[in-house]
Amino acid sequence: MSKLIVVTRDGEEKILSGSVGSSVLEVIHDAGIEDLMALCGGCCSCATCHVYVDDEWISAAGAANEDEADLLEDSEHRKTASRLACQIKITDKLDGLRVIVAPED
Amino acid sequence: MITTDILIVGGGQGGAQVAISLRQGGYEGSIVMVGDEPDMPYDRPPLSKDYLAGDKTVDRLLLRKAEFWEKNKIDLCVGKRIASIDAEAHVAITDDEEKFQYGYLIWAAGGYARPLPIPGGDLSGIHVIRTREQVDLLRLEVENAREIVVIGGGYIGLEAAAVLTKQGKKVTILEAESRVLARVAGAPISEFYESEHRAQGVTIHTGVAVTHLEGENGRVKSVVLANGDEISADLVIAGIGLIPNKDIIEAAGAKCSNGVEVDELCRTSLPDIFSIGDCACHANKFAEGAFLRVESVPNAVGQAKAVVSVILGDPKPFVDVPWFWSNQYDLKLQTAGLNHGYDETILRGDPATRSFSLIYLRKGQVVAVDAVNMIKDFMAGKKLVEKGLVVDKASLADTDILLKSLLG
Ligand SMILES: Cc1cc2nc3c(=O)[nH]c(=O)nc-3n(C[C@H](O)[C@H](O)[C@H](O)COP(=O)(O)OP(=O)(O)OC[C@H]3O[C@@H](n4cnc5c(N)ncnc54)[C@H](O)[C@@H]3O)c2cc1C
Ligand code: FES
Repeated sequence: MSKLIVVTRDGEEKILSGSVGSSVLEVIHDAGIEDLMALCGGCCSCATCHVYVDDEWISAAGAANEDEADLLEDSEHRKTASRLACQIKITDKLDGLRVIVAPED
Repeated sequence: MITTDILIVGGGQGGAQVAISLRQGGYEGSIVMVGDEPDMPYDRPPLSKDYLAGDKTVDRLLLRKAEFWEKNKIDLCVGKRIASIDAEAHVAITDDEEKFQYGYLIWAAGGYARPLPIPGGDLSGIHVIRTREQVDLLRLEVENAREIVVIGGGYIGLEAAAVLTKQGKKVTILEAESRVLARVAGAPISEFYESEHRAQGVTIHTGVAVTHLEGENGRVKSVVLANGDEISADLVIAGIGLIPNKDIIEAAGAKCSNGVEVDELCRTSLPDIFSIGDCACHANKFAEGAFLRVESVPNAVGQAKAVVSVILGDPKPFVDVPWFWSNQYDLKLQTAGLNHGYDETILRGDPATRSFSLIYLRKGQVVAVDAVNMIKDFMAGKKLVEKGLVVDKASLADTDILLKSLLG
């Protein structure tokens, strides 16, 4: 299990734990946080699972892949820390990862 | 008799979203969700994609874990079917005579795969892809099958063909129209997917009529065409569309046509009964107000939210641009808008590069965009459709010009 800290749209900080191999999106949903619509079910087709990775974690979490970057490109809320939660897999290395849910487009 | 404020009939994408969004919106009344499948709500699109391929387990298919429903006091009654509704008395009754007294009822019953309407259509070895149970059965039989015939070249048939070809099966697609995807996409898209499938080893016959299926000991052994050709098959998949589940609610008095008719807030003609998702038919503003059903997850989810907005007292119609995706091999198709009544298409980019889009116009207005491995065009296309813009055609076709720069 790996620790995941999520700041919801209400600004509340929640500490969750997720199993290695699942996506940040799955951990957020399983915790009952419903900020992310995740319409495409995590197949990188919709951009409705937009989060910001906390500055300290940006390099560990890695950059967005090409499709992901294209999906994020036109978001009004795009930042350098933007990622899609379905595309970040929980790993041991990401134990303690902190993400902030982006505003809805 | 069980009394509940909210009764959701159908535990699929739409039904689940109603329950989730109600709780998210702070709703405190009782919620019961009755679904006739044995599963908790799950994601359907992977059934013809990663789940069929065996790349996704049942656990990963579930929309939420069991604890979620418990914690949020959403009472899931799985494996139960609503058989009749007394709209006036606000009572719904299951197959086994269990009664639910409801405040609001949400009919989110989806539909079922159209069975093959031809002799031999009931032989064993014939499959459809709509539920997790059906796909488990299919996967089991696929193991021992060598030759597979897919009847119907729609998205689901093509996605299944892609998965099964990758598994080394000899796959043949039979399509009645002159091209695959004929009902949903323009010719360049059809031609592109036909050539991709052929390059992967799939055999495709278009413009063919299947007359019957031949069997041996009750099991399918071949598919016979009107021209007399016989194609041997260890297994057949019928992907010939969906029949909306509306009989029960129609019998209760709801106005139905090609589905359950609803207004922009998903209200049916019956008091306190809503309908959403694949079974609901609505006047769609992106199709010049034509009454139609949109079979997609974004539509089911969006309509669910419209219903919740009414229940929570702040009605907001669902009027987002329809969109959809289909994954085959390494090809990602995304479509925005509805190409209903289009009179012209513009090809943007070269299909040979495996990254291009097809733009549909109606009286010059952009009404839909099919983007293949071209996420940028999909994202911009959605906005073009939303604004209903008339854009210079040469610019639409020019890949040196970003679509989003045409948004004005
Ligand atoms: C193989 C496949 C691939 C797909 N791929 C995509 C895709 O890539 N992208 C996309 O956007 N969409 C896709 N779709 C479509 C999408 O899954 C549907 O649009 C969506 O599931 C509709 O949700 P719904 O709630 O209306 O219906 P459903 O999800 O079908 O849920 C309805 C539920 O109600 C139950 N039910 C019916 N009658 C009763 C009754 N009388 N009592 C109790 N329960 C009842 C049904 O058994 C079912 O469980 C795909 C569908 C399939 C089958
Ligand atoms: S859920 Fe659709 S892109 Fe992440």
